[in-house]
Order: sequence, then structure tokens, then C-alpha cells
Amino acid sequence: MRTRCELVIFGGSAGSLQVLINILPQIMLPIPFAIVIVVHRKNSYDTVLEDLIALKTLIPMEYVEDKSKLQPGVLYIAPSDYHMLFEDKNNIALDGSEKVNYSRPSIDVSFESAAFVFREQLVGILLSGANADGTFGLQMIQEKGGITIVQKPETAEVSYMPQFAVLNANPDFIFSEEEIVTFLNSNI
Amino acid sequence: MIEELELETLINEVYEHYGFDFGNYSKASLKRRVDRLYQMDGFSHFHEFLHRIQTDEKYYKRMIEEITVNVTEMFRDPVFYTILRNEIIPFLAPKPFIRIWHAGCSTGEEVFSMAILLKELGLLHKSLLYATDINASVLETAKKGVFPLRMMKQYSENYLASGGTEDFSSYYSANFNIVKFNQELSEKMVFSQHNLVSDTSFNEFDLILCRNVLIYFNNDLQSRAIKLFDDSLSVLGFLALGSKETIKYSQGESKFVQLRKEKIWRKIQ
Repeated sequence: MRTRCELVIFGGSAGSLQVLINILPQIMLPIPFAIVIVVHRKNSYDTVLEDLIALKTLIPMEYVEDKSKLQPGVLYIAPSDYHMLFEDKNNIALDGSEKVNYSRPSIDVSFESAAFVFREQLVGILLSGANADGTFGLQMIQEKGGITIVQKPETAEVSYMPQFAVLNANPDFIFSEEEIVTFLNSNI
Repeated sequence: MIEELELETLINEVYEHYGFDFGNYSKASLKRRVDRLYQMDGFSHFHEFLHRIQTDEKYYKRMIEEITVNVTEMFRDPVFYTILRNEIIPFLAPKPFIRIWHAGCSTGEEVFSMAILLKELGLLHKSLLYATDINASVLETAKKGVFPLRMMKQYSENYLASGGTEDFSSYYSANFNIVKFNQELSEKMVFSQHNLVSDTSFNEFDLILCRNVLIYFNNDLQSRAIKLFDDSLSVLGFLALGSKETIKYSQGESKFVQLRKEKIWRKIQ
């Protein structure tokens, strides 16, 4: 039997930042699960993306470093130039190996790692983007019993990534922004 | 895809057969590396893969080489090199002799970056750069100082962003699709195999760089490595890690003071 969700993981690329900025403030606090965001970002030393998202949400955010703790109610963003993995349910691990789908962080890499660790207690959400990253990861999440959601391609600023996932990953739900919010607030 | 139990079996078998201990590697990234090799070499059953490792020593060596991550670049994280250039190296400049250790140097891009930095600061002649890695084949590449030409645009941009002011292409000669860095840069380098998991300290250094190596270790093994660096650093020497690495989960942290929020720590006792 499926128990409660312990991690919600978002993947996105071009056009996904605005979606996240719209969704995050509407999630009811306190949040019983951890939230991880993996977005394609340029390789830079700074934390502009973290700072921007922190400004837009009241969800407590922690800057990710190697072996950071993962806690419910807290938001984490995969840092630039590393793949973000899950050592177990309470510990993050980083990995500097080859890019996957031309990306580091890669959505597939984080989704797959989360799928193996969180299994049924996982919700994976793939947003707007121009790359095929994320589809394989959603397949892994589904295989391990987690829930998969894809942003409705016609509502995405760049529809390629969600469209590719709809065609190839058979997601459990294809949702608009509002539907994603309603789902996350529904005691999952 | 390898399951968790299979990964444990592999770790135990490799330890029993070859004495190599992956037990304290980060499971999450180790699993990825093993999956990658398993797929790359076309295995479809775990027991075949395991059998091959147990019975074919050459294949075992290949596994060790493929499991270690060898992603590196010259002047990676340019801001880090700016700080080395402006704040760290000047501390070392008055010394009669400067000893630097690149632990986990991979194919040597960072060692050559350091040599360029030292040359521009007029210190290369009195420096010694020890560069070690667990993987013998990457050390062979590093020794040659030969890198792909296609990387030079990125490296040149990194170099300029780090505060370099020379013509980056003056440091190498290009030949078809490869470049060879000037002999002068590699004269002060010593390459050798060293395993942070099991080997001990071998010298005393003023600066140790170990960037994006500890992320592949669990906290226990990270502690061991930090202790090894502590044993290998002179008092007031510096330790530099990767941009998301930290010593805060390691014992012995109290001996070090961090430079602002940079990934550079100074040994104070």
C-alpha cells in the first residue's frame, strides 16, 4: 500500500522558472514532504537562482552542498555543475560526472536516484523545457511505484520537454499549473 | 540496472578478491558508475558481470578506472583561481620552496592551471607540484600534458575570467586536434599513484587541492581523507576543496579556519 509522499521533485528547463515561481507560493505550509528542484542552469559559481526562488516563497530553503541533510518541509535546489543524488532518504549526495542530456544537473539523473530511494513515497513533476531530459527519469519513478506528473504541454512556455514525456513516459497526470497546486495541497 | 543488494555483493566480492574497499564510497554515485559500466559493456545479468570481475583481473582494472570519475577542466570555477592568485599564493611566495599536492588530479588539467598561475607570479622555479590519482591510466595522460584542441576555447575563457592576462595559446603548441603544453610547465610536476582510501601521508605541503573527489566518499571516508590532509599540511598551510564540498562533517574540523565562504581552509594548529 502506498504511504504518504516524502519527496516532491520538480524537473524543468527553459520556461520552467516562472512556473515554479507561480506554484511554490501557493503550496500550503507547513509542507509534510521535502521539495527538490532540478532545473537546467548555466555553469556558474553563484547562487542567483537559489536567491531568486527564496525571494518568491516562504518555504524554508537550504543551499545544497555535498552530504546535506534532506528534511521534510524544506526546499532544495540542485546546484550548478553537479548532479544531485540521494544517498538515502535523509542525505543528499553530489556527483560531478559526465553531463547527461547535455546537462549537469540532469533531471533524469536526480529522478532516477530519487526513484530508487523513495519508491512509492515520491512524486515527480516535469515542467517546461526544450530538451528530452526527464522522460527516462519519469519512467524510473513510475517503475518504482511513484507518481508522475507532466505539465500540460499547451500551457508550457516551451512544450518540447513535457510533450516528449507525455508521448514516452505515460505519466499518471497531465496537469496545468493550477492542477499541480491543487494536487500538492491535497494531502498526498 | 543494479539493485542495492547486488551493489553490496559487488563491494564485498571486490574487497575479498582484490582488497579494494569501496565500502565507504557514496552509494548513490557508486551505483551510477557501476550501472554505467554494466550498460556500456553490454551485460544483461548481474552474475555474469560479477563473474567477469572475479575471474578477469584486466577487467577488474578496467572497472576501477571506469568507476572513478575523471571529469575535469582547466581553471574550473574561475573565481577560485582568482582567489588563489590574489590571496593564497601570495602567502606562500616568501617561502624558499613551495610544495603543492593535487590529490585526485585526474588527467592533470588543474595541475597545469596551477603551473601557469605559479609561472605568472614568478614562483614556478621554486615550486614542486605533486599530483596523485588512484587511476594509473589518467596519470599517463596527465604526464604527457596533451589535451584536446577543442577544449581550448573554454579553457581560455576560464583563464581570462580567472584574471589571466597573457595569451593563453602561448602556453601550448597545437598539432591537428591536440595541444601539448610547454615543457617548462611540466618540469616541476611529479605524478604518482596514491589511494586516499588506504594510503598514508608521504610529504608535507603548503597547499593541498582536492576538488570534487570527496563527494564520492561517505562521511567516514571523508573524515579519513581530511585527517590525511591534516597530516600532510604544514601549519598555516591551505586546503582547497570543490565548490560544494565541506569539511564540516569531518573530525578535525576545529584545526582549520575557513576563508570567508570560499572552499579554502587554513590549518591553524
